[in-house]
Amino acid sequence: MNGKSLIFAFGYGLLFGLGLIVAGMTNPAKVKAFLDVGGDWDPSLAFVMLSALLVLGVAQRLWIKTEAEDNETNTCGGDPGLLDARLILGAVLFGVGWGISGICPGPALVGLSSGLGGSYVFIAALFAGFALFRFWNKS
Amino acid sequence: MPELTLISACLGGALIGGASALLLYSHRRVAGISGIAAGLLTRWSQESGWRLAFILGLVASGLLYQALGLPLPINIDASPGQLAAAGLLVGFGSRLGGGCTSGHGVCGIARLSPRSIVATLTFMLTAGVVVYLTRHVMGAA
Repeated sequence: MNGKSLIFAFGYGLLFGLGLIVAGMTNPAKVKAFLDVGGDWDPSLAFVMLSALLVLGVAQRLWIKTEAEDNETNTCGGDPGLLDARLILGAVLFGVGWGISGICPGPALVGLSSGLGGSYVFIAALFAGFALFRFWNKS
Repeated sequence: MPELTLISACLGGALIGGASALLLYSHRRVAGISGIAAGLLTRWSQESGWRLAFILGLVASGLLYQALGLPLPINIDASPGQLAAAGLLVGFGSRLGGGCTSGHGVCGIARLSPRSIVATLTFMLTAGVVVYLTRHVMGAA
């Protein structure tokens, strides 16, 4: 990767982060209000996903003709048709953590800019979770 | 009634989808944040540079937003102990399941991957149940 591609990657991260902020995804209270279907439900964040899917889906069909390179990160951990226990258990664990905190990885990283103690605690634990998985997966 | 933010939700979503499309177009990489971030823990490779640049861009977006004098509300009601547990679960779970809200929820569903559709429905349902239990059954805030 050359310098130009690094600058572009930085720019895409910046754009992605601004999207999360504008959308309201970076506020855990907003996320919990979206997840709280049985309470004072705020459906706004459903439109974040719908809008992102629409833009990316249309771009992939009309503009980006190539597929992502085939590597571990790009395949989301397996063949698109692979529905196994790891996928379900992983999604359940993720959902429990997301439900407790209202924070997922993208907003957590944007939150580092806030200087809030809670954001740092979450990020430290997030990376500990990544490391724990690597350790567990190898052994 | 909660305050609906449908226009900003659609605008933000479009930025997220647009950034993901650009990354796919020019780098041929999927914008799955947990995969990109977890990749930083592996040995330095040709993948490491763009991953670090993308993550720094994410953090910089918050700094830029605040530098422009715009409010960046982050209201956390979880305790530090809960945040530590949640971070571990989100980190471990996203790697075990192969993706998170962005990788499965946006990029995977956009290419109609059954795996990503199942994962997204599963973590959304689970998170909804957890919020229901903590707010309405256990009676916490």
